[in-house]
Amino acid sequence: MQECKYILAKSGQDFAPYKRALVMLGESNKRVIVLGADLSNSTEIDGFRDRFPDRFFNIGVAEQNEMNIAVGLAIEGEIPFVHSFGVFVTRRVYEQVCVQVAMQNINVKIVGSIPGLTSRLGPTHQAIDDLALMRTLPNMTVIDPADATEILQAVPAIAEHSGPVYIRMMRREVPLIFDPEKYHFQIGKAACIQEGQDVTIIACGVMLQNALASLPLLEQNNINPTLLHISTIKPIDTTAIIEAASKSRLIITIENHLITNGLGSSIAEIIAENGLGNTLIRMGLRDEFAAPGTQEYLFERYQLNSRHIVEKILEGLKNKK
Amino acid sequence: MQDIDNLKELDKKDEKDEKDEKAEKAKEVRRLIIQMIAEANSGHPGGSLSMTDIITTLYFSIMNHSAANPTWEERDRFVLSKGHACPAFYAVLALCGYFPISELMNLRKLGSILQGHPDHEVTPGVDFSTGSLGQGISAACGMALAGKIDKKNYRVYVIIGDGESQEGQVWEAAMSAAHYKLDNLCAFLDYNKLQIDGEVEKIMNIEPVVDKWKAFGWNTLRIDGHSIEQIIEAVGIAHKTKDKPTMIVADTIKGKGVSFMEGRVGFHGVAPTRDQEQQALSELM
Repeated sequence: MQECKYILAKSGQDFAPYKRALVMLGESNKRVIVLGADLSNSTEIDGFRDRFPDRFFNIGVAEQNEMNIAVGLAIEGEIPFVHSFGVFVTRRVYEQVCVQVAMQNINVKIVGSIPGLTSRLGPTHQAIDDLALMRTLPNMTVIDPADATEILQAVPAIAEHSGPVYIRMMRREVPLIFDPEKYHFQIGKAACIQEGQDVTIIACGVMLQNALASLPLLEQNNINPTLLHISTIKPIDTTAIIEAASKSRLIITIENHLITNGLGSSIAEIIAENGLGNTLIRMGLRDEFAAPGTQEYLFERYQLNSRHIVEKILEGLKNKK
Repeated sequence: MQDIDNLKELDKKDEKDEKDEKAEKAKEVRRLIIQMIAEANSGHPGGSLSMTDIITTLYFSIMNHSAANPTWEERDRFVLSKGHACPAFYAVLALCGYFPISELMNLRKLGSILQGHPDHEVTPGVDFSTGSLGQGISAACGMALAGKIDKKNYRVYVIIGDGESQEGQVWEAAMSAAHYKLDNLCAFLDYNKLQIDGEVEKIMNIEPVVDKWKAFGWNTLRIDGHSIEQIIEAVGIAHKTKDKPTMIVADTIKGKGVSFMEGRVGFHGVAPTRDQEQQALSELM
């Protein structure tokens, strides 16, 4: 576990951390091959395409073929990064990912763009179950970065890592939370942002910014929380979670995903398997497909904003008394 | 003059011997297929026997490979996209020396290196694990693409099934191989006209299959899949073809070589009894 101070800012419309990270990776690692499925601009692989045309292959709108071509490339020692929207590189190609990538433990990196409610394209394009689908697969590492710093650091880290990885990818204007000079992303390591004794908040992905925004509101209510950020959903940092759970009776998880088999379920498993006995509140989508809409609208509609986090915590603390 | 005629005669004799030898090798593979499936009392004889001549010819007359060094970087690659026909694959690998022939009698046994579908993690000589249909040909495209990226000279061979051709992914792969001009890729369609539920034509017709592959931009040939000469000739044409992958549509007979299995859908995935095994082996002597 590492402690870190946060800064919350927008990375800027043109910053596009993934686009930058991929080009930098292309410079340093010549085995990296980028595969796309007709969404080069949307998945921010156009920078790599223009810089390294010999190592970029557009497979067209054919994700199943894209995934298995990646497997063939990886078998020959290349490091393929496979791209599309999160829904298509998980739901649509689940059997290909399971049988060829995970089962054979093949070194393919799967990048799912616009995760969960960050997609404005409606439920067909909202990956609200991708963490669940990927977490269920043996051998698969699953990452949900929270900000531009994590994206910039996670991309080279997953290329170094031997084995299949699924990583969610926010695009364009991405929150900037961690100080790039001080933060050190590691696969499988949680980051403790604040320590307190009243409640333990555990967040992943884009929800970290909402959790951070809840901190001043909690302070106004004299609530002193622990805030733990989990970027690697699998393998999860069990040690850090047990430690964070020991600080307070109440744990609240928040994720840009269904509450089933993503972050919240992972935490529930750790609490139960270790006999910790904490009360757990899981925030996220509850057994429903979301409506189309902007991120702001959807966070409000599904009660995932900082205000809702505070309400849930107050409710949880009241019930404990 | 006399001497030259004599030499021609000798050449012909050599050719005939060589031809007999290759035919004998395929027969040996068929015997092993029957024996291992009967021993396992489980497996897929029909589609193994239909592709026997193709895979035997590939490994004994066409591909560069080394049983002593199964992961030799320059070797030609082979993907059995119709993975259930692996008994034929295993028999060929054993005869090439990748593992002892006696190992074949452990087919599908617990802990065996020879399971019901090819697994590159456990079986020496298997380049790529398959089992779920339609995926092997995509992976073969990836392997061929890697060869192009790395400027390697190896070639990639893949065998797909006719029932397998009903998978949409096969056609995604077909499109991409032509698009990226993968002339180092050579595919065979083991066209035995039968799938588990019956005749391919009646279940879901794949015709006109030659026209389809041509329309997808492949150099497409049609041969008798039990003629070793035609297999060698077709692969020769594939080798000389630039900028296009080659599809060799090989007309075959399911269960080829065993009278009571030929053309019978019932032997797609059913093992012969011990009596049937004996009859089959006597026909294959």
